[in-house]
Amino acid sequence: MDATRNGARNNHAIRVDLQLIADMIQPKSRVLDVGCGDGALLEYLAHFKQVDGRGVEISQAGVNACVARGLSVVQGDADTDIKDYPDDAFDYVVLGQTLQATRHPRSVTEHLVRIGRRAIVSFPNFGHWRVRWHLAANGRMPETDLLPAKWYNTENIHFCTIADFRAMCDEIDVEVERAIAITANGAPQRILSLRLANLFGEQALFLLKRP
Amino acid sequence: MADSPLLKPVARTRPEDLQPRIVLGQDNPLPLDCGLTLASFAIAYQTYGSLNAERSNAILACHALTGDQYVVGNHPVTGKSGWWDMMVGPGKPLDTDRFFIICANVLGGCMGSTGPRDIDPATGEPWGLSFPVITIADMVRAQARLLDHLGIDKLFCVIGGSMGGMQVLQWAAAYPERVFSAVPIACAARHSAQNIAFHEVGRQAIMADPDWCGGNYLKEGRVPARGLSVARMAAHITYLSESALHRKFGRNLQDRSAITFGFDADFQVESYLRHQGSTFVDRFDANAYLYITRAMDYFDLAAEHGGVLANAFRQTPVRFCVVSFTSDWLFPTSENRAIVHALNAVAANVSFVEVESDKGHDAFLLDEPEFFATLSGFIAGCAEHRGLN
Repeated sequence: MDATRNGARNNHAIRVDLQLIADMIQPKSRVLDVGCGDGALLEYLAHFKQVDGRGVEISQAGVNACVARGLSVVQGDADTDIKDYPDDAFDYVVLGQTLQATRHPRSVTEHLVRIGRRAIVSFPNFGHWRVRWHLAANGRMPETDLLPAKWYNTENIHFCTIADFRAMCDEIDVEVERAIAITANGAPQRILSLRLANLFGEQALFLLKRP
Repeated sequence: MADSPLLKPVARTRPEDLQPRIVLGQDNPLPLDCGLTLASFAIAYQTYGSLNAERSNAILACHALTGDQYVVGNHPVTGKSGWWDMMVGPGKPLDTDRFFIICANVLGGCMGSTGPRDIDPATGEPWGLSFPVITIADMVRAQARLLDHLGIDKLFCVIGGSMGGMQVLQWAAAYPERVFSAVPIACAARHSAQNIAFHEVGRQAIMADPDWCGGNYLKEGRVPARGLSVARMAAHITYLSESALHRKFGRNLQDRSAITFGFDADFQVESYLRHQGSTFVDRFDANAYLYITRAMDYFDLAAEHGGVLANAFRQTPVRFCVVSFTSDWLFPTSENRAIVHALNAVAANVSFVEVESDKGHDAFLLDEPEFFATLSGFIAGCAEHRGLN
């Protein structure tokens, strides 16, 4: 699916948004990666930042691959299984390219900032000009490199734009410490103008915390 | 077959003659959950591989209800291979070239450790039903005494399936400082009503056998073979799955081309169960079966911690790997996941793997490559963190 993690492991090069997430994380911290896929980020963090990392992954194949690589990962669902974690259990809780696949993105986000002292959320921006153009010009649901699935078989059931996510954070009283838009060529841009970021950011990355 | 009369060992080794077998508790009686103490008790065990100089590479394997200390190799009593031949050995997930594997017959068992078939020193007669009721925690306390005797302060890993998994959970809860990693497999933090019900059927079958003699069959020179055999047959069904039974037997007939309109074993599945029952009687003691099933029934780790399972693991330094199997209906994934939720609730270091298998509860004893791969990965990761090479 479009939100699956497939970080290349051999040379420790990881996907651009994962690298940006990794750069936000302090060495030797405690990290929970929700929707950790094949564990590329966790492995990178363990190797380069001596992080005490845990993962939650919905696909059994992903979990088994992670555990076979020595990572601490449980099979679970962001919607139902993160509520068990206590408050402030981790320094960072990461939700990478998974928010749009949850049933209750708002409640999941609230749990992220409850469990972690910081939450890092990345998601594809449905407000990107190419997506808007696709819908406006063709009248069909957008299919892009980042979102290649058909409307009927995508696991992404709750798309949002950068502006939508920002508005939700205000609604649930979550503080945005940093916001980054990633353009189509992979360049990270600090979000200064929400309007521009919402148009030119293909993906977004938010560092959140409770106020 | 090993149980054919021709191949049966001429003089079977008596469990009390199995070595090594250590008598413990003489200076320090073992307190039991029931309130009694055992002034002295024997533990029969086996070890595989070698203990390193730092004494840091020991793995305790905990056996299931009808298992024993013979994890691998030829069993001196049954002549069959060990219960975890697939798992333990050079280059296997529990690698005997790297680790020192210990397995002890549980307290209350019948393969050399003290149990109801042994002689009560107070009376000079077999304990029978006067043997104190044992719990999973008592079994673990006895194992801890064995480790003291072996000079092992901290286990690298404690691992086991089914009742063995219950012991793993008890170890982690009672002795977190003595356990580096824990692998509870296909188990639960409490025995379910359905599982207690199955056990009760087995116990009633034994107690309904006239040869059981109110538990005094050893004194009477009898064996409640029919009762124990039926108990085993009923239990064995719960270890398999509908699809595994169907794949193995379907409605195939046993040595005949048509049904006989009688109650002989027309179907292969009947013949198989009867065989399972009759061979079990040769190696297992009926009273030990009562005691050990009871220990499982009484297991409820949350109840000992204010009704909240997570309290059993608060601040735990132990690294956990919980494993379940999709077709296990005796200890289904939901029961294993409840353990994971409790561990998550205290932010413990836990991995959880559900292995796809149609072999039912017994899958943990069988060749399941995905299970072995994940377990090898977990063990390797733990060994790295423990600084074992």
